[in-house]
Amino acid sequence: MELIPLSALDLAIAAALVGLLALLSWLLHLRVGRRLLISAARSTVQLLLLGLVLKTLFAQTSLPLLGLMALVMLAVAGYEVMARQQRRFRGPWGYGLGTLSMFLSSFTITLVALTVVIQVKPWYQPQYLIPLLGMLLGNTMSGIAIALDNLTRTAWEQRERIEARLILGHSWQQAIEGARRDALRSGLIPIINAMTTAGIVSLPGMMTGQILAGSPPMEAAKYQLMILLLIAAGTGLGSMAAVWGGSRRLFDERERLRLDRLKG
Amino acid sequence: MFRLEIQHLQPPGSSSYSLRVPSGCTCLVQGPSGSGKTLLLRSIADLDPNRGEVILGDIRRSEVPAHHWRRLVGYLPAESHWWEDRVGDHQQKWPLDLLATLGFEPDVLEWSVARLSTGERQRLALARLLANEPRALLLDEPVANLDADNAERVLQVVHRYQTTQHSPMFWVSHGSEGTDTFSCIGRMWLRHNGVERMELPWS
Repeated sequence: MELIPLSALDLAIAAALVGLLALLSWLLHLRVGRRLLISAARSTVQLLLLGLVLKTLFAQTSLPLLGLMALVMLAVAGYEVMARQQRRFRGPWGYGLGTLSMFLSSFTITLVALTVVIQVKPWYQPQYLIPLLGMLLGNTMSGIAIALDNLTRTAWEQRERIEARLILGHSWQQAIEGARRDALRSGLIPIINAMTTAGIVSLPGMMTGQILAGSPPMEAAKYQLMILLLIAAGTGLGSMAAVWGGSRRLFDERERLRLDRLKG
Repeated sequence: MFRLEIQHLQPPGSSSYSLRVPSGCTCLVQGPSGSGKTLLLRSIADLDPNRGEVILGDIRRSEVPAHHWRRLVGYLPAESHWWEDRVGDHQQKWPLDLLATLGFEPDVLEWSVARLSTGERQRLALARLLANEPRALLLDEPVANLDADNAERVLQVVHRYQTTQHSPMFWVSHGSEGTDTFSCIGRMWLRHNGVERMELPWS
């Protein structure tokens, strides 16, 4: 089975459907048409560029180039996490916390997947490394963004309750424990839902792609399963790191609740 | 015997305070709203970034962990906050005799916090605080929202606690409601986040 190549015309037909949607949104005053078109344009440019970049990377298998690519992906993901925070931390923490947590979880898990699970040789073969890292980063990004946003918002809204516990002599860990638990749970819910419905309601993207490209369905299913499990682990670890670091940052060395460290 | 000594304590945006309150004595803090009364108590309890030192007996604030310190200096905010649904879940051991003096049956611990009136919250917050057996008391308008009977109950409980524990105390209020019965009293008037006048008979 060979993959049928897509022509520019094929893509134009798909794009026309989105254009139709934008037209509808304009007629119905939904005010979402502009954003829809911009994001569609963005994904067109980004994906075509990625195709070009990957073509070069695959041809060379150069570790420094791959490292650079990975760092760019991380930097953009870090920015996204920050941009999704309603009340983010001031200063370098605003960007650093989410980025560092993503780095720790996604990069470690990708490395484990490449060396121990799939055993690619060399381990940085771009055909495996880039898609794996991309899927892990993309998912941990959502998880961490949700978890951090939840943590800082809860702390902001429940500051009196948290302080009431501090006043009664509870440690900062005790005072924040409820907010921490909720934040972690909210970060993990998307991947839990994804695993629950995988294969029944939704046919996951990677498996779809492999099947379209002609892989045997069973192989595609096994790869998809591995990815789901890795994503769950990565999102969980990343959210834990972010929530732990974030809740620590909400208090100072005298265990005072420091909401002035958040942007109002 | 624990005296409370405040050395160059500077709450955020305030001038610095230096005074001491001997064991068993009360410093009444008065002043218009916004004069820094609450900020002073919060800084003693180390809840806001502040400068200076506070010493309780031979314990220096800077030498003990903050949560340990806050247990020693029992701070009662003007408005109490509750984080669990059930009253009883907010403290491990409730002093039942004290609850009785405050006018509650033991089944109050089963009550839901949402059902409490402002006055009930205020009195229960005092019981919740005293259950920690603090060595000093920092009370912010402890009888402000209470009717005469309940204010009398609170005064009685605080007075008895102070007499048996010999605790130094700060009592923030607008007037001197019923505190005349306290044995050793000093007064401090605040204005614009600083001391306007102090009358401390012990110094």
